[in-house]
Amino acid sequence: MKIHEYQGKEILREFGVPTPRGAACFNVDDAVAAAQRLGGKVWVVKAQIHAGGRGKGGGVKVAKSLDEVKSYAQQILGMQLVTHQTGPEGQKVRRLLVEEGAAIVKEFYVGMVVDRGAQRVALLASSEGGMEIEEVAKHSPEKIRTVRIDPVVGLDAKEAAQVARAIGIPDVANAEAVQVLQGLYRAFVEKDAMLAEINPLILTADNHVIALDAKFNFDSNALYRHPEIVAMRDLDEEDPAEIEASKFDLSYISLDGDIGCLVNGAGLAMATMDIIKLYGGRPANFLDVGGGASKEKVTEAFKLMLKNPHLKAILVNIFGGIMKCDVIAEGVVAAAREVHLAVPLVVRLEGTNVDLGKKILADSGLPIISGNDMADAAQKVVAAAKG
Amino acid sequence: MSILINKDTKVITQGMTGKVGQFHTQQCKAYANGANCFVAGVNPKKAGEDFEGIPVYASVRDAKAATGATVSVIYVPPAGAAAAIDEAVEADLDLVICITEGIPVHDMIRTRYRMQGKKTILIGPNCPGLITPDEIKIGIMPGHIHKKGRIGVVSRSGTLTYEAVGQLTALGYGQSSCVGIGGDPINGLKHIDVMRMFNDDPETDAVIMVGEIGGSDEEACARWIKQNMKKPVVGFIAGITAPPGKRMGHAGAIISGGEGGADQKLAVMEECGIHITRNPAEMGRTMQKVLKG
Repeated sequence: MKIHEYQGKEILREFGVPTPRGAACFNVDDAVAAAQRLGGKVWVVKAQIHAGGRGKGGGVKVAKSLDEVKSYAQQILGMQLVTHQTGPEGQKVRRLLVEEGAAIVKEFYVGMVVDRGAQRVALLASSEGGMEIEEVAKHSPEKIRTVRIDPVVGLDAKEAAQVARAIGIPDVANAEAVQVLQGLYRAFVEKDAMLAEINPLILTADNHVIALDAKFNFDSNALYRHPEIVAMRDLDEEDPAEIEASKFDLSYISLDGDIGCLVNGAGLAMATMDIIKLYGGRPANFLDVGGGASKEKVTEAFKLMLKNPHLKAILVNIFGGIMKCDVIAEGVVAAAREVHLAVPLVVRLEGTNVDLGKKILADSGLPIISGNDMADAAQKVVAAAKG
Repeated sequence: MSILINKDTKVITQGMTGKVGQFHTQQCKAYANGANCFVAGVNPKKAGEDFEGIPVYASVRDAKAATGATVSVIYVPPAGAAAAIDEAVEADLDLVICITEGIPVHDMIRTRYRMQGKKTILIGPNCPGLITPDEIKIGIMPGHIHKKGRIGVVSRSGTLTYEAVGQLTALGYGQSSCVGIGGDPINGLKHIDVMRMFNDDPETDAVIMVGEIGGSDEEACARWIKQNMKKPVVGFIAGITAPPGKRMGHAGAIISGGEGGADQKLAVMEECGIHITRNPAEMGRTMQKVLKG
């Protein structure tokens, strides 16, 4: 689960990581009032969306008067901000962060990820602040310092101090940098994060170290023990279809094709998308109904797929193991009747009670196209979508 | 022979008395020699009771002492599942298979740390388990699609493993053992570990390796295969069409930071001599072609 920059900074402050003073704003008047309260002569008006690259897209502006704060706030609020992470349609800006300006002397990168290979949390730090770490990794990997952190000891001060020195933070600011790195690590572990980035971390003219940005992504499997993180969820930033799916415990991702897929199991669901593509079609979604799909879940899954105006055909691909094919078939028939299905439906069933399942589909009187195996079903649904 | 488990394996079920545990314990007990293999359950609140004639003990240690079991399977819900693995490791079991899906990643990091220097092998979490056909099934896979034979199967996914097995069985190729290693980023055995075991198993002639997007475990396994594997390997990677940055169901199935894409995995695998297919419906037939030369 992702959160906004201003929420990420709240978390950082909670763990002793300094950030600029600022306020989240939902309208232009709030933005001007916030700038007034902050005082000073320079403010930064920042679009709050769950995607990176906001500056390049015109979503971050430096204002040198309250009038400029007002005009930038007017400009940014409500705009469709397009970045390399939003897709071409962009993301509507509904929230702003207004902050005091900072005197930047140098920018650094600090991030944390779960390192699958080492099976530990890895700290990544670089002198190349402001750039994407993937780019740095590609072009100048020697500029990235990586530390794999012992989960019992944590990030010890000596190690943190070495990292700070290695990326070029001057000794006069070393103690503050250690505080930032240790705070970030504690936040990462205690809040069950999967990814955390401060990019840039800056050195100011008076030798302070400050987090100018904050990006967090949390482990959705651990949200049950973090109501305070769940409260930060912004549904406006998420795909409505994916939100709807999560209510019914369905795993759904929208894609840009026209063939809906309903599958049990994540691996088979991905493979189903792949085989559709292989036969010249384009999948409209990833949809895993899970291991224990009921009739109700299958019906909801159909409703979700049918909300997509581009949908031209549906492929149901079930390898019933524990889940019985007759139960799935009943669910498919009930769903097709309830939603008055208007697009071609191809069903491939395999596994437990498969003959019974196929009989239920055949006896339903519905125009269901039967697929004998995965390849046959994929070819039939691609043909149906084109037809 | 087979890898990891056989008809003589004695198994403790952690979380046997829950709804999921009960259902799958019945299924496993009914498969092949299961009635003799599933010898104990664990639930501190129900010690002394039994389920379908399988006695329940207060702890893994008690269950092991009473039955001599060396393996456990875990159906405990996510919040307590990492602690259940810890308990099995502390009891010095040989093998722990964790079926549970949705364990927080940081719990698994701590559990894997505690496992260092211990003898216990972990499979999973978030996996279907493993099976040696006609001998024993430990996990949630449908037993009837399997057939005893000489092909090994190792996979990160559940139903996609069944798809591979179903294709093999339909073509008349049985399996020596099938191992689901699970879809989580922090887990026990990786492809490479299971591949080593298949390489050493005299009753395995060839292996199907099924991977998916995310991480670089398939690449690591492919490089090992190039240097060491004496048997042919057929490979498939799910997620060629998956967009970057989106988690495709499994916590570990995500293309991030330019790593973990299906095309790059397939390229490395092919370069290392693995017989790859981009068509998930062709895993069995690809194996047939390889074996028939």
